[in-house]
Amino acid sequence: MKCNKAIKELSAYLDGELDAELRQTLEAHLTYCNHCHAVYDTTKKTIELYCDGKLFSLPEDVRARLHDALRRKLQECK
Amino acid sequence: MAQTPQVALARDESHLISEAKAGNYAAFEELVNRYEKKIYRLGMNITGNREDAEDVLQEAFLKAFEHLPEFREDSRFYTWVVRIAVNEALMKLRKRRSSREVPMESQEDDSGEVVVREFADWKPNPEQVFAQVELERILQTAANSLPPGFRTVFYLRDVEGLSTEETAEVLNLSVGAVKARLFRARLRLREELSKIFKRGANS
Repeated sequence: MKCNKAIKELSAYLDGELDAELRQTLEAHLTYCNHCHAVYDTTKKTIELYCDGKLFSLPEDVRARLHDALRRKLQECK
Repeated sequence: MAQTPQVALARDESHLISEAKAGNYAAFEELVNRYEKKIYRLGMNITGNREDAEDVLQEAFLKAFEHLPEFREDSRFYTWVVRIAVNEALMKLRKRRSSREVPMESQEDDSGEVVVREFADWKPNPEQVFAQVELERILQTAANSLPPGFRTVFYLRDVEGLSTEETAEVLNLSVGAVKARLFRARLRLREELSKIFKRGANS
């Protein structure tokens, strides 16, 4: 497998969407190719960083204003 | 019959929705409590700033409240609110830079070759090396370098955990377009972050 083909299949591989044969060929390539392995590894880390639950946490004052707005809406609808 | 919020809490989502539709505000508030953090984060991620994210959060739940009678339970409540929030967020972006950018219909080709330039491993644990605020800034700058139609796919699939089909439904895209955009978004974000996190980088 060539590097550009490996990179192309990386996203589907991360999602577990490759068939067994292609997956094994890609995994063999990742074992031997440092470049592609680094791309694979850092793509996984990229996703993990954005998924970090501590990021962009909801500030308490923003939450309070949301619930105030909803209660005002509720009063209007009554 | 009046129910305590505790009773509402213990019930599953379809019961909460029925209760909310019947006018039980505590049930609706419980639904808000479940998803407000995610919707705020979604707003932050798509619009890239706190004021817009707060507007998106409020508008999404106010509209959900208003249109709850129209909500059909053939999709998840969360997916429905996400769709409302994404529309609000994209509208914000359109207003902000209508002259420069068309959010979903990016001029960028979905299918062209992705060029990978950064092949280095990263320094370990960037989440521990950088302060929270600094890390947020880095991630947001990288995300903002992507067309909104690409970063929105990335957030819905990889951060909010929607399936490919749900993402396609929310954004009115084909399943193939979602996969193509996700692939490009992941690699481009990785490329941007590699400039900062790779071994040997200064910062």
